[in-house]
Amino acid sequence: MCLAVPFKIISIDGNDAVGEYEGIFRKIRVDFIKSLDIGDYVMVHAGFAIEKLDEKQALLDIEAFKELEEAFR
Amino acid sequence: MSLACENGILKYLFEKDGIRINFMEVCGTHTHAIARAGIKALLPDNIRLISGPGCPVCVTAQETIDAYLTLSERDDVIIATYGDMIRVPGSERGDNLARRRALGSRVAVVYSPVDAVDIAANNPDKTVVFLGVGFETTAPGTAASIGIAKERNVHNYCVYSMLKRVEPALRALLDSPDFDISGFIVPGHVAAIIGERGFDFLASEYKKPSVITGFEPEDIMGSIYSLIKQIRSGRAELENKYERLVKKEGNIAAIDAIEKYLYVRDDVWRGFSNISKAGFGIKEEYSDFDAEKRFDIKTVLKPAPAGCLCGEIIKGRKEPLDCRLFGCICTPEDPIGPCMVSGEGACSAAFKYRSLI
Repeated sequence: MCLAVPFKIISIDGNDAVGEYEGIFRKIRVDFIKSLDIGDYVMVHAGFAIEKLDEKQALLDIEAFKELEEAFR
Repeated sequence: MSLACENGILKYLFEKDGIRINFMEVCGTHTHAIARAGIKALLPDNIRLISGPGCPVCVTAQETIDAYLTLSERDDVIIATYGDMIRVPGSERGDNLARRRALGSRVAVVYSPVDAVDIAANNPDKTVVFLGVGFETTAPGTAASIGIAKERNVHNYCVYSMLKRVEPALRALLDSPDFDISGFIVPGHVAAIIGERGFDFLASEYKKPSVITGFEPEDIMGSIYSLIKQIRSGRAELENKYERLVKKEGNIAAIDAIEKYLYVRDDVWRGFSNISKAGFGIKEEYSDFDAEKRFDIKTVLKPAPAGCLCGEIIKGRKEPLDCRLFGCICTPEDPIGPCMVSGEGACSAAFKYRSLI
């Protein structure tokens, strides 16, 4: 339940945004994130961004996710 | 983290002093990450990882499950739920939302409570009841969905709040006699909301070494290493090893959303019975969006399924393999208890990754 996935913000319209993770695009609510810009990475849980990540760390997370997927495929 | 560094950690772990050390991972997502990565198999015999009450589906009381199953019988109701809840068994053998749906109930699986608001907007002749299960990570979004529905004038949307607070359950465990846990792997995404300060009590009041931890295998191994270092040096501190996400004060805007729509109440957890201040209800001024008020839901205390050890497993007093039902009578295809169903349940992890533990 507390699983969260890092999404890259593609567009922002008020508290609605679109995020991308590994080619998957999803609507995200960003009510809880201050000063968000296109290109930022956010950790998303149940459709809501719960916190912002810096890009370097988000890319590391995505690489680690890929490794896990490969390792257990 | 490089392989060399991991080997360094393993070497350190194996330079043991022989005493048995139990660490509790509180979060169900950690339980599955640990099982998937085979971390238990990497640890020396004297270091054990025990799963705690960190699977929100698993800690939901049997009577609550029966209450929403009964609600699903209504022609005017659509149940909207996370997929985790769809096969959680009711008191009657074989009863669950998937079966109810096959028999004609309207049950929709959603990714987000906002999706449930959309379903309500598109079905004005029905009332959508969103099953609000989760801990503090999930509570802000669930709370905000009430505001979103109100703002959009979607008045056929309501939430059945099963939201729970982690701290009171941990205190209940820590205050219980013969609780034998030396340190905590602290749930990183709950901490992202309530902050480091939300878990200060573990070290400051209970003198338990604790580490706020991310969800990669490297994060978890690093935290075990930090916990052992604390124990060896006689320290009991709260460390934040998930600083890329978790701030000292947490996410203030998310906490504000919780405080705007929800109030703290006593709540029944599976395995614990009633715990003071361990749940969230919906505030009176938003009672139109509260399924308990709207449908006058009354729960009746129900016993756990016969032979099921979920209640003890949730408290870390038993492990999945201690249960006589595990893997024979109780399987993911035909579960007896919720720990075998949920994607965060300890039995589900033990069954799915049994070759790695």
